[in-house]
Amino acid sequence: MDFLRPTTWADALSAKAEHPDAMPIAGGTDLMVGLNFGQPPPPALLDLTAVGELAGWDRDDGTIRIGAGVTYSQIIAELARECPALAVASRTVGSPQIRNRATVAGNLGTASPAGDAHPPLLATGALVEASSVRGTRVIDIDDFFLGVKRNALAPDELIRAVRVPVAAGPQQFAKIGTRNAMVIAVCTVAVALDPVRRSVGTGIGSAAPTPRRAVEAEALAAANLPWSSGGALAEDLARDFGNRVAAAASPIDDVRGTAAYRRHSLAVLARRALQWTWAEMTGGPR
Amino acid sequence: MVSRSTHDHKPLIYEVRGGVGESPVRPDGTLKVKGEFAYASDLWLDDALFGVTLRSPHPRARITGIDISGALEIPGVYAVLTHADVPGTKHYGLDHSDQPVLAIDEVRYEGEPVAVLAATDPHTARRAVGRIVVSYEELEPLTDARQAVFDSSVPPIHPDGNVVRNQPIRHGDPDTATAEVVVTAEYEVGMQDQAFLGPESGLAVPAADGGVDLYIATQWLHVDRSQIAACLGLPEEKVRLTLAGVGGAFGAREDLSMQVHACLLALHTGRPVRMMYGREESFFGHVHRHPAWMRYEHGATRDGKLVYVKATIVLDGGAYASTTKAVVGNAASLGAGPYEVPHVSIDAYGARTNNPPCGAMRGFGAVQACFGYESQMDALAEKLGLDPVEFRARNAVSQGSYLPTGQVIDSPAPLAEMLRKAAATPMPAARSTMELGELPGGYGNTTHGEGVRRGVGFGVGIKNICFSEGFDDYSTATVRLELVAGEPVATVHTAAAEVGQGLVTLQGQIVRTELGVEAVTIRPADTSVGSAGSTSASRQSYMSGGAVKAACEAVRAQVATLVGRAEPDIQLTGGKVVSATTGVVADLADVLADGAVEETAVFRHRPTVPLDPFTGQGDSHVQLALCVHRAIVDVDVELGLVKVVELAAVQDVGRIMNRESLEGQIHGGTAQGLGLALMEEIQVTDGRIRNPSFTDYLIPTILDMPPMRLEILEYADPHAPYGLRGAGEPPTLSSTPAIVAAVRAATGLPLRRIPIRPEHITQQ
Ligand SMILES: Cc1cc2nc3c(=O)[nH]c(=O)nc-3n(C[C@H](O)[C@H](O)[C@H](O)COP(=O)(O)OP(=O)(O)OC[C@H]3O[C@@H](n4cnc5c(N)ncnc54)[C@H](O)[C@@H]3O)c2cc1C
Repeated sequence: MDFLRPTTWADALSAKAEHPDAMPIAGGTDLMVGLNFGQPPPPALLDLTAVGELAGWDRDDGTIRIGAGVTYSQIIAELARECPALAVASRTVGSPQIRNRATVAGNLGTASPAGDAHPPLLATGALVEASSVRGTRVIDIDDFFLGVKRNALAPDELIRAVRVPVAAGPQQFAKIGTRNAMVIAVCTVAVALDPVRRSVGTGIGSAAPTPRRAVEAEALAAANLPWSSGGALAEDLARDFGNRVAAAASPIDDVRGTAAYRRHSLAVLARRALQWTWAEMTGGPR
Repeated sequence: MVSRSTHDHKPLIYEVRGGVGESPVRPDGTLKVKGEFAYASDLWLDDALFGVTLRSPHPRARITGIDISGALEIPGVYAVLTHADVPGTKHYGLDHSDQPVLAIDEVRYEGEPVAVLAATDPHTARRAVGRIVVSYEELEPLTDARQAVFDSSVPPIHPDGNVVRNQPIRHGDPDTATAEVVVTAEYEVGMQDQAFLGPESGLAVPAADGGVDLYIATQWLHVDRSQIAACLGLPEEKVRLTLAGVGGAFGAREDLSMQVHACLLALHTGRPVRMMYGREESFFGHVHRHPAWMRYEHGATRDGKLVYVKATIVLDGGAYASTTKAVVGNAASLGAGPYEVPHVSIDAYGARTNNPPCGAMRGFGAVQACFGYESQMDALAEKLGLDPVEFRARNAVSQGSYLPTGQVIDSPAPLAEMLRKAAATPMPAARSTMELGELPGGYGNTTHGEGVRRGVGFGVGIKNICFSEGFDDYSTATVRLELVAGEPVATVHTAAAEVGQGLVTLQGQIVRTELGVEAVTIRPADTSVGSAGSTSASRQSYMSGGAVKAACEAVRAQVATLVGRAEPDIQLTGGKVVSATTGVVADLADVLADGAVEETAVFRHRPTVPLDPFTGQGDSHVQLALCVHRAIVDVDVELGLVKVVELAAVQDVGRIMNRESLEGQIHGGTAQGLGLALMEEIQVTDGRIRNPSFTDYLIPTILDMPPMRLEILEYADPHAPYGLRGAGEPPTLSSTPAIVAAVRAATGLPLRRIPIRPEHITQQ
C-alpha cells in the first residue's frame, strides 16, 4: 500500500488526480476501523493531515467555512455559537479521543446514514466544497447523499471544506443511543429556525438509507409557527411537526433498534427540538 | 520498622508495611495505566509463525469435504491442519469432553473451528485461510433451549442427548403447599458477554524434548494443560504453560480457545506459533453467559412470609457442554435466593443447542436465577402492599438458616441488617441542574427534563464461593525465604492466574503479614508448581491466599525449628524472629545465613458433597456471600432511555484484605450487572450472532456508570483464611435486579426480560 502525504492542497489534488483509487485519510476513525475489520486495503492512502490549508475555519459574510481538517473538538470549542446544531452533534460523536481526530469531512466521506454531522448540515442548508485539478464545485448538501455510504464526489475530487450558514436563530440536535456515550445513533434529529426567512430546517439520521430532511414537517412548521406574535408554540403544532418528521423516515429493524421505535422516538425528539428552539427564540425556558 | 524494646512481651503488632488490610500499590498498576504492561497479545518471537483459524459460517451443517490444497499453494504457508491431524483425543471439555479440537464431519455452532493454518505473517495467514474450501450441507439448527429440553421429538444434536443436566431441588412439601398470595411470571435473560479487552492470544514454542511450551492468557493453567496434553497425545510434563498477561477474563478464559491449535501448529511445523484473535473473532472464540428462560411461582402469607417457591429454569448452553453442569447446579441450589422458604420445588435444566456455546461468566448461574427471584420478591411485595425492603428482611436468611438444599448456613449471613443499611443510605440530592450528562440520554440531548421520572429499586443476591458439589478444590503455593544482598527476601510461586483482580498484590500482602519481610517477589505463574485451581468462583483470595498463608506458616515453623523454638510461640516481624513470651530471639538474616528456607503447601477448603440427583439435597457449597444493591434511576418514559443516578451497595466480605482492590471489584461487578440490566446482549437469531463487535455489543461507559456508595461489612467466616469471604461475583448478581426494579418503579411496567431495551419501555 502506497502512502501519499502531500503538504499543500494543490499537491493533494494532483495526487488524487494521479491516483483516483487512493483513499483520502483524515482522522482515520472510519478508515482504520474498516481496515481492521478486514476491508480490502486500498492501493494507496492519501494522508491529508499535513495539508495546512485544511486545518482551520474562517468566516465569510454569513457563512462559516469549515476546513476539511477541522476536528469535532475544534467545532465544539470554537463554533458553538455560529453552528449550534453542528456543535451539539459534534459533542455526541464517539469519545474525546475520537473527537480530537475525527472530522466532518470524514463523516461526509463515509456518508453513513448514521453520521451525526449530517442532520445539522441538512437542517442548516450547508454546502460541500469539492475540489479537483479540474476546479472547485459546490454541492448542495441535499444533493450530496446518494445512497447507503455513497456520496456525490467524483473519483478525483476531495472535500476542501463545508460551508455552514451562521445560525440565524436557535438550533437543536438530539441523538438517541442505547448508552450515554460512544454509541452509533439509533436515530437523530436536527432542527434549525431561521426567523429572518421564517423557515424551519430539519435533518434526520439513522432512519433511512441516507440522512434526509423532513420537508413536509419543515413546511408545516414554517407556515404555522406564530412568527409575528412570538407567541407560545401550540402543543398540537409541535406534535404534528414531530409526526411529520417521523413520517419522513423509512427506518428498518436492526440490532440497534426497531423501525417502530425509531419512528416513535423521531416524533418525540422532533417535537421536543421544535419546542426548545421556539422557546429559546421567544425568550422562554429551553 | 520494628522499634519496640527487645523485651516487650506484649502481643506484637505487625509493623511491616503493605500487609493484609492495607492497599499497597499494585505491581502491575502503573504499567497498565501507562499502556506498558505486556499482554498475551504482545508476545513475540522473531521466528514465530502466525496461526489463524477457519471457522464455520453455519450454526449447523454436515461437512462433506475439506480441500486445503489452495491454501498450501500460497508461499509462506507452513501448515494447514484439520481434525485428522489431532494426534491425541479429538475432544476436550471442562467437565465433559464433547467439544472437538477441530470439527469432525459436523459443525454445531457458527464460528466453530474447522481448520487451523500457520504462515509467516498474519496477512498471508488470513489470505491463505480463505483458500481452504469446505463443503457444507446445511442442517436445520436447533436454537430453542426449551424445545431442546422438553420436546422429545427434536433429534439430539449430540449422541448423548440435548440435556446436559436436569437438577431438581425438593424441600419441604412443595406439592401440597398453598398460599394466600401467589405471584407467577416468566422471565428471560439475554446472552451476556464477558467483553474482556485482551483478545485470546498465545504463543506456543516447540521444545527439544518433543514437548511444547505455551505462553497463554488463561484462568487455570493446570486444567488447560491436562486438556492440551490429552489432545496432543503427550504426557503432561511435556506440556508446560506459563501465564501471559491477561487482559480480563470474567469466566471467558476457563474453556480452551486456541491453546491446542497453537500447540498443534507449533509441533507440526517445529516453529514457534503465535495466535491472536481479532475482536470480531473473539466473540466467536469464547463461551458467553447462558441465556435463561425462567418460570417462577411464589406463594406467601398475607402478612408477608414466604410459603413456597416453584421454579423452572432453562439455561441455554449452546453447542457444547462447557461448564453447563455446574452452572445448572448453582441456578438450582441458589434459585430461591437468600430467603427462608419452607417449601421449594425447582427444576433447573441445561440444554445443548446450536447457539453459541455458553459457560462461565461472573456469577455463574446465580445471576440468571437472581433476576428471577428478585423480580418475584418485588412483585410479591407490591401485591402484599409491603415495602420491598421490609418484605425481604422478613424472609431473609441468617446464620443457622437452611438453604433449600438442606445445607445450613454456618457462618454470618447478616442479610436483614444489610437490607436496612442499604435502605438507610442517604438519598442523593435531587437533580439540581439540567446538565445533559445528568439526564437520561446524556449528551445526546434528548430531554431537558421532559418525560423524566425517578425510580428506586433494591436487589439482593447470594453466591457460592469456591467450587461446589464435591469438587476436590485446592491450591498450591511455594514460599521461599532467603538472603539477597544481606536482606531477607521472600519469593512466592503459585500457578494462580492474575487476571486483573489483584491477586499478585494480595499474595505479597499475605507474605508481609506472615513473614514480616517487606521485600516479596512473586514469580510468574506456571505449571512447574502445583495447581492453584481456577481464577473463578471468587475463590483465589480464599484458596491461593490460603495456600500462601499455609506455606508461610510452614516457613515460619521451619525458622522456629532453626532457632530451637516451637512455631506457635514464634512470629516473624520487621526482619526479626520474635517470641511471644521472650521477645526477639534472633535476626532473621542470621537464621537465613546458612541457607534459604522453602516450603510448599497445598490448601484445601472443607469438603462439599454433590447434590442428590433427585431431591437436590446436600451440603454442596463451601461458603456463601451476600450483596445488596439500591439503585436510583431516572427514566425518560417517552423515549425509554435510562440514566442510573446512583448505586449503593452493602456487602459482607468477612475481612477486608485490600480495600482498594475490593472496592474495584464491587464497582466492576456492579457495572457488569448494570450492563446486563440495560444494554449488554449478544443478539442471536437462528443461531447467528448479529452484533459481534464493540460497536454494537454495548458495555457501560464511564458516563453510564454512576458514582457508588459502598458499605462493606466484616463478619468473619470462621472457616476461611483470615475470615475472608470471596467478593468478586456477588455485586454482579444484585445490581441487575436493583436497576430493573428501579426502572419498573419509574415506569410501572413489568419488564420481565433483560437487558431492557428502550423499545420495551416505550412499547414499540
Ligand atoms: C470509537 C468510534 C466512535 C465513533 N462514534 C461516532 C459517532 O458517535 N458518530 C459518528 O457520526 N461517527 C462516529 N464514528 C465514526 C467516525 O469517527 C466519523 O465518521 C468521523 O467523522 C470520520 O472522520 P475522520 O476524519 O476520522 O475520517 P477518515 O476515517 O479519515 O475518513 C473517512 C472517509 O472519508 C474519506 N475522506 C476523509 N477526508 C476526506 C476529504 N477531505 N475528501 C474526501 N474524502 C475524505 C476517507 O477516504 C474515508 O472514506 C466513530 C468512530 C469510532 C472509531
